Amino acid sequence: MTEPAAAAGNEGTTGRGSPSPGKIAVWTAVALVGAVGWAVLALSRGEEVSAAWMVAAALGSYAIGYRFYARFIARRVLRVDKSRATPAERLDNGVDFHPTDRRVLFGHHFAAVAGAGPLVGPVLAAQMGYLPGTIWIIVGVIFAGAVQDMVTLFFSTRRNGRSLGQMARDEIGPFGGAAALVAVFAIMIILLAVLALVIVNALAHSPWGVFSIAMTIPIALFMGFYLRVLRPGRVTEVSVIGVALLLLAIVAGGWVAESSLAGTFTLAPGTLVIWMVAYGFLASVLPVWMLLAPRDYLSTFMKVGTIVLLALGVVVALPTLKMPAVTDFATRGDGPVFAGSLFPFVFITIACGALSGFHALVSSGTTPKMIQKETQVRMVGYGAMLTESFVAVMAMITACIIDPGLFFAVNSPSGVVGDTVQSASEFVNGLGLGAPITAEDLQAAAAAVEEDSLLSRTGGAPTFALGMSEIFSAVIGGAGMKAFWYHFAIMFEALFILTTVDAGTRVGRFMLQDTLGNVFKPMKDVSWKPGVWLASAVVVGGWGYFLWVGVHDPLGGINQLFPLFGIANQLLAAVALAVCTTLLVKSGRLKWAWVTGVPLVWDVAVTLTASWQKIFSGDPAVGFFTQRRIYQEAIERGEVLAPARDMADMHTVVTNSTVDGVLAALFALLIVVVIVDAGRVCWKAVRAPESVTLHEAPYQRSRLVAPAGLIATREEKAELAAVAAGDGDGGAEPPVGARR
Amino acid sequence: MTWGRRLRGAAARVRWFWREATGEAAYDRYVAHARRHDPAAPLLTRRAFERRRTDARESDPREGFRCC
Repeated sequence: MTEPAAAAGNEGTTGRGSPSPGKIAVWTAVALVGAVGWAVLALSRGEEVSAAWMVAAALGSYAIGYRFYARFIARRVLRVDKSRATPAERLDNGVDFHPTDRRVLFGHHFAAVAGAGPLVGPVLAAQMGYLPGTIWIIVGVIFAGAVQDMVTLFFSTRRNGRSLGQMARDEIGPFGGAAALVAVFAIMIILLAVLALVIVNALAHSPWGVFSIAMTIPIALFMGFYLRVLRPGRVTEVSVIGVALLLLAIVAGGWVAESSLAGTFTLAPGTLVIWMVAYGFLASVLPVWMLLAPRDYLSTFMKVGTIVLLALGVVVALPTLKMPAVTDFATRGDGPVFAGSLFPFVFITIACGALSGFHALVSSGTTPKMIQKETQVRMVGYGAMLTESFVAVMAMITACIIDPGLFFAVNSPSGVVGDTVQSASEFVNGLGLGAPITAEDLQAAAAAVEEDSLLSRTGGAPTFALGMSEIFSAVIGGAGMKAFWYHFAIMFEALFILTTVDAGTRVGRFMLQDTLGNVFKPMKDVSWKPGVWLASAVVVGGWGYFLWVGVHDPLGGINQLFPLFGIANQLLAAVALAVCTTLLVKSGRLKWAWVTGVPLVWDVAVTLTASWQKIFSGDPAVGFFTQRRIYQEAIERGEVLAPARDMADMHTVVTNSTVDGVLAALFALLIVVVIVDAGRVCWKAVRAPESVTLHEAPYQRSRLVAPAGLIATREEKAELAAVAAGDGDGGAEPPVGARR
Repeated sequence: MTWGRRLRGAAARVRWFWREATGEAAYDRYVAHARRHDPAAPLLTRRAFERRRTDARESDPREGFRCC
């Protein structure tokens, strides 16, 4: 199928030569919009600010960052070369290596990097007010997150799509490579546990939610059967059917919650953990076509669709931010959602959306095998990350438009909130956040979304769902639709978290099998059933353990585990940025090494400070080992310390603190290993440039012509037209770009 | 250009993008690719091709993995 001709008209913005006065005027206006947004956000005190200013600050800053900084990196630092054939062109096999249109690839890449992460972190970070988190999301993405994604994508493209772990081994050494591998495996376990915990917290005691999510399994099985047997490859049809069934399941959830079946679907957190673990194991040993592939379609459509709807909703409804710009928790560090002060914990809590190491796994591997032109790394790598960052800004908006009292009642651990709306309102009003919230207000908020209780629904998903139902019901359906939109949001988040649980367990299993295969050969064979089952059980057992612990932790699972997840994610970012910086130095670009070097130093400073505080802090709310010591001493004295309720709770706290503390120490150690090893390689490259070996694929001239940015520039159009004119065989040309 | 033609052009572009993004076009791409190299190459049926494509994820689940 041939790509239809692009729309005529639109002038490109990436042309060469001195800029025209018109362009200068446009970019000045963009800069002004962003600057005014920032000024209003930062300077307003006391009055409520419209979310429109946050959107203006974000979009203005993104546009400037993309137009100027990303272009500078692509041209001057990476020196992208449009005459150099990419692996997609050289190794084109029509399946995994194939040149893909830049707009399609942007969509694929965005769908692969954006998940539940950017919806969770900003919500939790909102306890410090909207400003610290928003600044980090926007500044962080422009100077760190998007840079990491783009540079990793570029270097992996130059290496035929080698993965991050392989690049670390090739370019840094076996030590760095092994550390990267351990980091990826550890983060996978923690990530799956934390995401599963988010879902368990959202679904516990919610028959509506549990029924809707349970229904996704038969829906996915049906879709899988349809695609495998009835009509192979007809993704659109089956997805339309699937989404319709999904919406029906959400509506039906409301009926079930009102019916006599409600009791069957009202599950305690502990029961949900068992179901989740059983699901995770089964889903990862079943064939891909049965559950994973159809689930993937369903969750991708829901994800992209909901994000687009949310963006429209925010722009149409223009809600006001009720959360203060900065709360006292930012400086005091004693917030109930997560402990610790602004530095370093905002930068740990918000990983996805600002700087996410996990993206380096997608940017190396899948996307480089499909990119048409090196010049497109800016649009695909940098652009997709900016879009994810915008998702994080929207999550921040949803958390900040709900009443701050409600926010803290939902997000604080049950140990401090208590079991009744009375105790919750007392606790929240004691935080001193301005207008008090009454017990009736809390009850009414739960009733509006047809839930029994919203107290201590930690993990971010319920808060996000509350904010989203607020925005959507303002646009469509009014207050009567609130319950539907709330459960729509819960379902949407649960759906792709469950997909991640399934896919992540498979990836973890694969890595484990690969490693064990070095010791015991048959383990490497992915079709050897006992090996598959054993490795799956180990991975599921790993995240299942942390999930169980998180659900039963008297101190609050999210409170304890989320910092570990953040540290692990930033550790992976440190690995990616260290690989990028090493490659810049090794390829003789020492003077540009700051482009990834400065974000690396920042990331390492944040992560090591956070690990240090988590290990050594004397504050029992922050330091795991201090926590452990205090509870251990109380056990020896025979005392029970709140929020623990009995001796068993006390022992749980001691065990959990020990495990979490050891993990924090392990992560810190891995970072130091990678940094020292990368530093050694860089030093050698600077001292003896002739000794450097790069593992780049050799240059081969590209025969493809394709634009670099979203809109083709005038020169690019001329090039495309020239190729089309000189091309003899008409319609049989590839669907993307044109061939010389 | 008339409005009708413009509208048809826009619809074709949307359809093209949609088919590419969802992977529905994968089989067409495979056929075109195989034909370009050898006009007489034996081709998989759509059913067999889609099976092979899904099953490839079985052997290496890292392909197409999604992020947090």
